[in-house]
Amino acid sequence: MSTPLLQVENLSVSFNTEDGVVKAVDGVSWSIEAGQSLGIVGESGSGKTVGGLTLLGLTRSGRTTVSGRAMFEGSDLVSMGDASLRAVRGKGIAMIFQDPLSSLHPFYRVGDQIIEAIQAHSQTPKKVARARAAELLALVGIPDPKARLDAYPHEFSGGMRQRAMIAMALSNEPRLLIADEPTTALDVTVQAQILELLDRLRRELQMALVIITHDLGVVAETAEQVAVMYAGRIVEQSPVNELFSQPMHPYTWGLLRSIPKLTGPRDEALLPIPGRPPSLISRPKGCAFAERCAYAEDACRLTDPLLATTADGRRSACLIPHERRMAAWPALAAGGTEADALKVVRGTK
Amino acid sequence: MSEPVLKVRDLVKHFPITRGVVLQREVGAVRAVDGVSFDVAQGETLGLVGETGCGKSTTARMLARLIDPTSGEIEFDGENLSGIKGRALKEARRQIQMVFQDPYSSLNPRKRVGSIIEEPLRIHGLLSEGDARRKRVQELMDRVGLNPEHYNRFPHEFSGGQRQRIGVARAIALGPRLLIADEPVSALDVSIQAQILNLLKDLQKDMGLTIIFIAHDLSVVRHMCDRVAVMYLGKIAEIAPNEDLYSHPRHPYTEALLAAVPSPEPGRSGRTRALLGGDVPSPANPPVACRFHTRCAYADAICSAEEPFLVQRDGSVAACHHPLSG
Amino acid sequence: MARYIARRLLWTVVLMFAVSVVTFVIFYVLPSADPAALRAGRHASPQQIEEIRHKYHLDKSLLDQLSFYFKGILLHGDFGISYVNDQPVAKLVFSRLPATISVAVGAAVLWLLSGVAIGIISAVRRHSKLDRTTMSLALVGISAPVYWLGLVALYLFADDIGLIPLFGGSGSYQPITEDPLAWLNSMILPWVVLAVAFAAFYSRLLRGTLIEVMGEDYIRTARAKGLPERTVVMHHGVRAAITPIVTAFGLDLGALLGGAVLVEIVFNIPGIGRLAYDAILHSDLFLIQGTVLLAAFFVIGANLVVDVVYAYLDPRVRYE
Repeated sequence: MSTPLLQVENLSVSFNTEDGVVKAVDGVSWSIEAGQSLGIVGESGSGKTVGGLTLLGLTRSGRTTVSGRAMFEGSDLVSMGDASLRAVRGKGIAMIFQDPLSSLHPFYRVGDQIIEAIQAHSQTPKKVARARAAELLALVGIPDPKARLDAYPHEFSGGMRQRAMIAMALSNEPRLLIADEPTTALDVTVQAQILELLDRLRRELQMALVIITHDLGVVAETAEQVAVMYAGRIVEQSPVNELFSQPMHPYTWGLLRSIPKLTGPRDEALLPIPGRPPSLISRPKGCAFAERCAYAEDACRLTDPLLATTADGRRSACLIPHERRMAAWPALAAGGTEADALKVVRGTK
Repeated sequence: MSEPVLKVRDLVKHFPITRGVVLQREVGAVRAVDGVSFDVAQGETLGLVGETGCGKSTTARMLARLIDPTSGEIEFDGENLSGIKGRALKEARRQIQMVFQDPYSSLNPRKRVGSIIEEPLRIHGLLSEGDARRKRVQELMDRVGLNPEHYNRFPHEFSGGQRQRIGVARAIALGPRLLIADEPVSALDVSIQAQILNLLKDLQKDMGLTIIFIAHDLSVVRHMCDRVAVMYLGKIAEIAPNEDLYSHPRHPYTEALLAAVPSPEPGRSGRTRALLGGDVPSPANPPVACRFHTRCAYADAICSAEEPFLVQRDGSVAACHHPLSG
Repeated sequence: MARYIARRLLWTVVLMFAVSVVTFVIFYVLPSADPAALRAGRHASPQQIEEIRHKYHLDKSLLDQLSFYFKGILLHGDFGISYVNDQPVAKLVFSRLPATISVAVGAAVLWLLSGVAIGIISAVRRHSKLDRTTMSLALVGISAPVYWLGLVALYLFADDIGLIPLFGGSGSYQPITEDPLAWLNSMILPWVVLAVAFAAFYSRLLRGTLIEVMGEDYIRTARAKGLPERTVVMHHGVRAAITPIVTAFGLDLGALLGGAVLVEIVFNIPGIGRLAYDAILHSDLFLIQGTVLLAAFFVIGANLVVDVVYAYLDPRVRYE
């Protein structure tokens, strides 16, 4: 295996707040190779967004503590000085965000904002940069790009704004694009367009893509590998097909069983995960999911499970033996009850 | 279908656009809702779906009489709601309640949860005795899955899902017959969404509620609704029983919407589906004839010349010159 | 944009008309005493009073008076005559205008520059010692009354009574046209004294808005693009945070041009403020009316300028 484009090792991020230290990201490791795509899925508070922002130093402040390493093309983003990190931002790694309206400066023309991004990393003359900006708008599928350069963000529709954000992110041909909930604020039809655009750009430009989302549908469409986060940690990482066909972690099971589907029988009751995520200030002892897990044993409340790698390169953090978990899922997938699955997990069936 | 409890006829809401230096004159209108008709049967759940600006939320607000329709009729339980005022309106509001999208901004942060839930009781002068009212509020809290002991807490002490439960408790406090849920779960995490959806379904069963369920998430709508109305630019494109709509969409717009939903089953779409291009046109200046013809893959000359009417084919009613066959 | 400006202009005209009518009501309708005697000053002879009554149609109906009042203002620039000074009000006011402009504009430049600079530094270095010190001083600056500050400044720095006489000529205004150096010398203390409270207010205002703006999503985008922090703060942050400052600045300057009363009195500057003050002392009704109208027009005019500048700064305002 070649050296990954970005290798995150044991990344932790905590914030000092009035209520105490919030451990938003708690020892997360993942890597991505050039041109690949990784989905990071989690609910609010799982640390997925904070992790992404931290890679670009966007959480740096007097109240934040970051540890671990993030090796990008031979240098560590975590320990890097502000000036060097600035050279990486937008050039090596670009980022787009959830709300394209608030993410674009309301007072500047879209073209000028893209030109500014180009000129942040090179001494490109304004005229050349402007021509390049128009090319970028065309690349992301904005019609009549030359004229649209002079528009303000509020004159664009939601989908066009996100396209403009993507054009801006592409302006210095980054090797990695981090997309943080890029379609959450958009309509489904526009979401489909943006997801397709991101996928096309990744393939055409050989640009790696990290897509951070709460939506399992979005990762299913865009990611090759998926990391599922819960309470600041990765609880499972699998190739996308396996994640849906043979998920390994009880939390992933819960997620898959709680979402309504567009096909298949409809009258089944949804099976929500009971309770809610734990406090990140005083993390419970043992597995953070144990409180909500139907299969938790006494040991789960005492011992912190490690993220273990299986023979086929997948990873999961659960104390229940891997084989039993693999045996339990088919029953659940077929609509079986947790009690049935529990018997399998306990080995009584 | 049994006699409908809610009948909506030619409902229209235009928001005027004004111009002028001193004297503002009307130069046009945002046609948020432009002639919508449907029936809802007792105990049924009707879904309203569509993209931003299709008029689904405006329709909901008119049904709840939070805004006045420009024209059209809303008949609830045999009574015309469109023109009523004062006491009659207050009585109607007892019957029709609303649950909102954002559980963070729809609850007054300075009020205790108990007083938020009891507010409708107070306004309608029910259970005037403090003890009885408090007891009722605690029953309601228990019913929606909140700990009744948390009566004296403030909204910020609850999580998003719990806040939405508070919103639901407030909505059912008066024992309404029609519940209008406007994107009730879109601000919630997936694992919490299911809790609220199940709660709404349970309540419907227990109380015999009729529900108008508005959402942009088509999977959620599929799970919740008996019939679904697809709206586009202020009009109904298609209205059909759930099974028909999802398995055999008649209107090309319905088909495109369904195709756009990312599926949590990788490989299902296989990237062969036709993506709907472009954005929704402005409701201030909608396309003539069929409003969808500018984005429709099947459109031909007639679609930009004549407006299609809603026509029944099998169970589905669709407004299209070239309806899709099974 | 043109339509927007046209609308604002029209509103300005309407507003000026309304203010003129209100002023008319206050000065012609409300007083119950003999209107001619009121205008004649304290030591007028009965003849003079009759003359005024006749000249300004004070013996006619109110409607006639109103039409005469507007004709005078609009056609002849006639705001009446100050019988105390025995000069037309318009001439008096315009002779005093340069002094007031000197005070107001000089102070405005000073407070704008210092207020904005302090605001930016405090916002960027939030919670630092520098921030805490400047913001505490700003609170003092806002709280200190101008006349007190003026007297203290004179006591410390004036060349006649001052302990450290740095600024000769404080308290003896010289027009800039006669002796620029003496003018500058006489202006420094008034500028500083007048600017202190405004600078303090502006720095706190800008600090607050800038801190809020720096938390916006588009600031995160600017950083993610790899822009230097300086550009992020100045080009993206301050650019967005400056709009309330522009509003406040326009209105404050407009109000001051109508007369910086306290400073003009403390430093003995013959400006509009002093003129108005003296007019009140001497019950010089025409002059009071003239200064009131002038002050109102300045504020309304400033409002117009602010609206136009605002639309220039924020493209969303233009787009209606």
